[in-house]
Amino acid sequence: MFFTNYLQHQGLSYAWSWTISQVVLIGVAEVVLLVSIAFWILADRKIWAAVQMRRGPNVVGVFGLLQTFADAMKFMFKEPIIPAAANKVIFILAPLVTTTLAFAGWAVVPLDNGWVAADINVGVLYLFAISSLGVYGVIMGGWASNSKYAFLAALRSAAQMVSYEVSIGFVIITVLLYAGSLNLSDIVRAQGPDIRGWYLLSPLFPMFVIFFVSALAETQRPPFDLLEAESELVAGFMVEYSSTPFLLFFLGEYVNIILLCAVMSVMFLGGWLPPVAIWPFTVVPGVIWFVIKIAIMFFMISMVKAFVPRYRYDQLMRLGWKVFLPTSMAWVALTAAIVVLFRHHVGA
Amino acid sequence: MAYLDRAVRSIFLWEFVQAFWLSMKYFFAPKATVNYPYERNAQSPRFRGEHALRRYPSGEERCIACKLCEAICPAQAITIEAEPREDGSRRTTRYDIDMVKCIYCGFCQEACPVDAIVEGPNLEFATESREELYYDKARLLANGDRWERAIARNIELDAPYR
Repeated sequence: MFFTNYLQHQGLSYAWSWTISQVVLIGVAEVVLLVSIAFWILADRKIWAAVQMRRGPNVVGVFGLLQTFADAMKFMFKEPIIPAAANKVIFILAPLVTTTLAFAGWAVVPLDNGWVAADINVGVLYLFAISSLGVYGVIMGGWASNSKYAFLAALRSAAQMVSYEVSIGFVIITVLLYAGSLNLSDIVRAQGPDIRGWYLLSPLFPMFVIFFVSALAETQRPPFDLLEAESELVAGFMVEYSSTPFLLFFLGEYVNIILLCAVMSVMFLGGWLPPVAIWPFTVVPGVIWFVIKIAIMFFMISMVKAFVPRYRYDQLMRLGWKVFLPTSMAWVALTAAIVVLFRHHVGA
Repeated sequence: MAYLDRAVRSIFLWEFVQAFWLSMKYFFAPKATVNYPYERNAQSPRFRGEHALRRYPSGEERCIACKLCEAICPAQAITIEAEPREDGSRRTTRYDIDMVKCIYCGFCQEACPVDAIVEGPNLEFATESREELYYDKARLLANGDRWERAIARNIELDAPYR
């Protein structure tokens, strides 16, 4: 805002100053996100290591803080190998699609009151559309590799992502019924002023659990990482990828995970709102509360990786279609009934 | 009743909650791993690491080219050629160990009548190329000079059990 005004004072038209300031804003946000991803990956590895009583990366930089940067450099300087029989254009396009979509999802996430790149009224729909498109990166990568293993893995992982999107959709509907808005900032505001308003502590709690598990399946995280299954298979649909394209897939995966953590914080943990709306807590900027909430969700996701054994493919499908889907559908009906009957208490 | 019990457990994700607490306990438990390049585990005097050819305190090399080590080597990693030296004593002109073939069984040091070939305590001799792992006599003697103190101590510690 200030930057737009400043540019206008410099004699630029409103359209130009808005465009430039918006591009700068997005660029800065993207770089901050990219750098933070390096530390999320490190945190993930450290948490996993701690549960297994290992130390985790601790040599590169203090406490291994620079480990991810070293890994990124390693990937970038390796030779990108494109299989001779691969469809080159789509092969290169696939990781770009995955990463771009993962970053695009962040456009509607409010980091603080008003701190949002695109404050659109259909934010939730946009998020849902973007995460559904994520399947294309997987399918394109698997198909363009021209390898039967990559292709089969891509089919399996596409089926997995599509199945869990269905229940995520119903979970989101229950939240929408409560909040009465598709705008993510409005969803956060509806959960004010403090922890008593959060949807985590409402009849929506089971939906939070379902969303959490579906988010794991959606991002192919353990215990649903059976397309990658490090201990048995090689990298699933990414078998043929190396160097920077692989780095992009890896990056997209983690950006997606953090994005889903952020969405969980917005929809169930009250986004930027402090847990207690009294003096010392209200002074802390909302963005810090938001990051703390993302960190808590990320910690849970990492812990799940450490202690839950991998699901079999049929168990995965059974859980998605026979447990989560009916439960979330029933909860949509129940939530609608609650909203109608206790309209004054719910706020919608 | 058992059915109800199981249903309640699975609805409230009881096993996951338990697993979470268990793994949190391990999360804060002391680390089981050794911080390797900075810390090391204790090493037995019988540890069989990198090979070395030893010398007597006078500087004379111990090896008398009896070729017992070459004969016993199960991996046939040792190659020895020998001829008399100017002073008439029999010495090796070539003593090669292919460290890639070697299985580190320690038979060579068991066979050696003069404690010349030994496997020292060193375990960090990774190289960038395969050629560097074809050790020749000069390399083995240099190893002996470098690790002599540790090797002599290990032999002394192990002596009562032989």
